[in-house]
Amino acid sequence: MIEEVAATTEGDLVINIGPQHPSTHGVLHLFVTMNGETIKKVEPHLGYIHRSIEKMDESLSYRQFIYSTSRMDYLSSHINNHGCALCVEKGLQLEIPPRAKVIRILMDELTRIASHCLWWGALAMDVGALTPFFHAFREREMINDIMEESCGARLTMNYMVPGGVMFDIQPNFQKHVKEFVAHFKTKIGEYDEMVTNNIIFQRRMKNVGYISPEDAVSYGCTGAVLRASGVKSDIRKIAPYDGYENVKFEEPLEMAGDCFARYMVRMKEMMQSLSIVEQLIDNIPEGDFVAKTKAVLKLPKGEFYSRVETARGEFGVYIVSEGGLTPYRIKFRSPGFSNLSALDHMSRGQKIGDLVAIMGTLDLVIPDIDR
Amino acid sequence: MFIVDYIKTVFGGVKSLLVGMNRTGYYFFHHKEIITQQYPDVKQVLPERFRGEVVMIHDEKNEHRCTGCTACELACPNATIKIVTKFDITPEGKKKKALDTFVYHLELCTMCNLCIEACPTGAIKMDQTFEHSVYDRSLLIKILNKPGSKLMEGVE
Repeated sequence: MIEEVAATTEGDLVINIGPQHPSTHGVLHLFVTMNGETIKKVEPHLGYIHRSIEKMDESLSYRQFIYSTSRMDYLSSHINNHGCALCVEKGLQLEIPPRAKVIRILMDELTRIASHCLWWGALAMDVGALTPFFHAFREREMINDIMEESCGARLTMNYMVPGGVMFDIQPNFQKHVKEFVAHFKTKIGEYDEMVTNNIIFQRRMKNVGYISPEDAVSYGCTGAVLRASGVKSDIRKIAPYDGYENVKFEEPLEMAGDCFARYMVRMKEMMQSLSIVEQLIDNIPEGDFVAKTKAVLKLPKGEFYSRVETARGEFGVYIVSEGGLTPYRIKFRSPGFSNLSALDHMSRGQKIGDLVAIMGTLDLVIPDIDR
Repeated sequence: MFIVDYIKTVFGGVKSLLVGMNRTGYYFFHHKEIITQQYPDVKQVLPERFRGEVVMIHDEKNEHRCTGCTACELACPNATIKIVTKFDITPEGKKKKALDTFVYHLELCTMCNLCIEACPTGAIKMDQTFEHSVYDRSLLIKILNKPGSKLMEGVE
């Protein structure tokens, strides 16, 4: 990798962006080769926040390892935990009570809205608008309060356990969620007024960071990045899990494949998540919130894979079991890693200022990439 | 036509900026909708389930419910809990396993709640305190059972 950069032609400028740079959203280190202000090549250097979660999980039991996945993509920790719980349940062939399924979907969708709120604020701040960040955090704070009340934590929940959820919802969960839905509907218009319709923002986003559907598929992009290129890829539609087949929602698609398309897909996704929450909030069935499981979980010998749609894309959990108390091997397919690999392709020939906008619309969470 | 488009774009752009600035101006004059808290002066009441640190429940007679079964120690993913047991001699003259010290490493704890789920007697719970900063790391190692406390009667 280093040799390749050394072979740049005369007059090229090589700069480092990060690992301590606010626009990289964490400790991402980009090695950018430029000709003037035009980007010739972008090389992401990883490993600054590698905690070897996969190796660590090999020594943890099937109940214990779920907590560590909250530390990967910390903005959609519920959905990560959900994926792991699903994989363990697949191995145990557990039947989940209907109440637990609905609570899981509700929490997932609230997490998705919270994650997109933060992404929206951070993206606007990346491209130079400071105020939207605070507006987005106002709405996110309401969701965090709901989570805090029912799950006991604001960021690293560890709420999904094999067989259901850890606690039942609080009595006033439904009231608070309804308040949030009503509040968010009045505020989403402000988001459009402030940022989406803003001429400067649109000029920064349109025709920047184009990726064709073929390239997006071959780079392994998932989530909003792939859907912005016009490829249907929502796991909730393709392989529905935990009752997503029973709720009505649309999969937002855009054809342009540029930064603005990715932005619009995420904005529409928020509205779809809101409609899922509205459909389910009054229809939480009565019953148990967790299935009865043995005190010690043992998966049969074999390989198990489950996938969920996080706020960033497809998250996969692959467990190889030898029949023991701990997994023999665990592998996480994180959406951020594949989305980051397309960054070089998207930003070649663009200006250095656009690199920040492209990174913002990829919605990178670095602990998710490094694990 | 180029000139007309150009002028349209300019005025459209200015309009979009004014709409956004209007929104910002609205909040500038509506202080009641500001949501920040004056944190050290005004402290939020945290919900009952908030996970701040593990504490052991003691009643007014200084009795706890921990039998020293080490279920929480086995359930913990980070080796946060270390239970030291001793042998008590019952009035009948038999040896009985009992809790000596319940060592809790707050610096290792990730507040995952698995120990509380695992406890068969409900001896420990999560507390709502969250300001854990201290000047020395050794202060974070806590002994949860109070000095002189003993097992509640009837808890097996």
